Amino acid sequence: MTGKRALLTGAHFLNGDVACAEGAIAAGCRFFAGYPITPATEIAEHLSQRMPEFGGIYVQMEDEIASMAAVIGASYAGLKAMTATSGPGFSLMQENIGLAVMTEAPCVVVDIMRGGPSTGQPTLPGQQDVMQAKWGSHGDYGIIALSPSSVQEMFDLTIEAFNLSETYRVPTLLMGDEIVAHMWEKVVIPSAEGIRTVNRKKPNVPRDKYMPFMPDDDLVPPMACFGEGYRFHATGLTHNEQGYPQTSSSEVQSRLVRRLCEKISQNEDKIVRVERVTLEDADVVVVAYGIVARAALSAVRKARASGIKAGLLRLITLWPFPEKQVAEIAGRAKAIVVPEMNCGQLVREVERAAKETPVAFLSKLGEDPHTPMEILEVIRRNC
Amino acid sequence: MAQAVMEHPFLKYLRSAMIPNIWCPGCGNGIVLNCFVHALDELQTDLDKLVVVSGIGCIGRTAGYTNTDSFHTTHGRALAFASGVKLANPELQVVVVSGDGDLFAIGGNHFIHAARRNMGIKVICVNNFNYGMTGGQQGPTTPLEAFTTTSPYGNIEHPFNLVHLAAASGAVYVARWTTLHVRRLTQSIKKVLQKEGFCFIEVVSPCPEIFGRYNKMRSGLEMMEWFKKASSVESFSDPAKAEITLDRIVVGEFVDVEKLSYEKLLHEKISQINEKALEQVG
Repeated sequence: MTGKRALLTGAHFLNGDVACAEGAIAAGCRFFAGYPITPATEIAEHLSQRMPEFGGIYVQMEDEIASMAAVIGASYAGLKAMTATSGPGFSLMQENIGLAVMTEAPCVVVDIMRGGPSTGQPTLPGQQDVMQAKWGSHGDYGIIALSPSSVQEMFDLTIEAFNLSETYRVPTLLMGDEIVAHMWEKVVIPSAEGIRTVNRKKPNVPRDKYMPFMPDDDLVPPMACFGEGYRFHATGLTHNEQGYPQTSSSEVQSRLVRRLCEKISQNEDKIVRVERVTLEDADVVVVAYGIVARAALSAVRKARASGIKAGLLRLITLWPFPEKQVAEIAGRAKAIVVPEMNCGQLVREVERAAKETPVAFLSKLGEDPHTPMEILEVIRRNC
Repeated sequence: MAQAVMEHPFLKYLRSAMIPNIWCPGCGNGIVLNCFVHALDELQTDLDKLVVVSGIGCIGRTAGYTNTDSFHTTHGRALAFASGVKLANPELQVVVVSGDGDLFAIGGNHFIHAARRNMGIKVICVNNFNYGMTGGQQGPTTPLEAFTTTSPYGNIEHPFNLVHLAAASGAVYVARWTTLHVRRLTQSIKKVLQKEGFCFIEVVSPCPEIFGRYNKMRSGLEMMEWFKKASSVESFSDPAKAEITLDRIVVGEFVDVEKLSYEKLLHEKISQINEKALEQVG
């Protein structure tokens, strides 16, 4: 079908927020609940126009707590659902991100990172929420977080986020930053047939035999939705496979919480994605993600041009952390350089995986991300 | 010889695996659940299309006890979650059963906005004047001068008048009953299950084990006697004048008007946009 209701198949000049919104539509998302916040507002604005064209729902809630709760409700009612926010809203969403983890509600949360803490710098970029993405809600859990480096990836990884979220019944986070969100670049949108989308697996047992939290071998339970006649219960309390609260059983707590962690950790090999640039013989490896990886790529090329054996490991998946991939390069490299727009967050994960290999950290806060020359200088010092 | 099987006629409405309930002797929650189930039975409600949502608190366990699709949310978020359900599938009947603390303290913002939007959700709020599950702390409906574990010198906070708040926020149906008014409460529940838009029923309910203990009403009976003595049915009176005091509990229906629901307006809009889009394609 052509016209307004169709995907924007073809090449376009878009900003990252709009590309993300179009990616959501292409992924089959038909529910968006959100609250205005810079620099993620354009996602909501674009979806308020586009969702109805696809018969989807756009609703502006009273705050980010409600937005996240409504997303879980829509997910349980059978729709692919999403919200988008930035740091202050991401903090408010943590409560119900925990609820989505506990009730295994597939959904996507976009966090366009700006400068924090608190209200911070609304219009400037940051990478200060990457540990919050993993540890923001209380309790232990596994989660998936992706990091786009370009406007094209704002489109592509939004689709990927929905697919992962539907596969593993886990909230999946798209951790963009103000620059990839507001930058305009060329985006190629495939035809609907050219886009791979995944839907949650449905139960194939009689209604009275359905246990909503009984996992398959991949540790993910099939998901019935409200109104399908299964009449099941879900709760944020610790629950058994039937979904019934078991608040004083250490056995049920251990079984449930370990499964919530392991359904991600045991499927790491299928989830984790990195991009490797000239790593084969690299003495110095830059490990970077998001917009910073663009400057890192330029720095690595400049270093190669001047005879330094440099490489880039770009983390597309932030969580689960690509530990094996970092350990692998650490075994061969003499040094690792980690530039981040924060005071040192993912670098600690890199250090943990790198073991003996020295890790140099390059911190940047505020308006400008790292320049290629700044990263190149650290590469030179460590080669 | 055929064996007679004794089965409660309402068993099909309850999840027997979750019974017995956690509620204290003398608590009014069971009466409310009973009225809810009676209403479902009298209307022959399709249980496959009913979603019961609760927040946190004693009455929050209701979602788990009803044999329907059900969800027990984080504290205060029942209405926000229910909004997502109702918008995603407007064919579902969505009922929120929760407490005064859950709906009006931590969840107060969600309440006024769901009512303002006229979201098609039916809310049954059980008001027991305190936080029962955590042991009886002062809350948004605790009467002035009442004693609780966190107002040991008498409460100095002015309580919400819930029916006034609901009416002012835009609810199309507002009623208040006590657990003494079981027939009228059941009728109200039946009414809202058949009505479009955001409907609100407050049920004043006894909490003798916790609230009553601190306020010289040690038994459920004593609390019910208070309801009997203090309550007066004044239907369609001004909800602004229906504050609950120790001497007076005005009950009745306060609001019953017609207004298009949010989900109806939204889905009408979506149809219009789609027709337009199809015309452009054609």
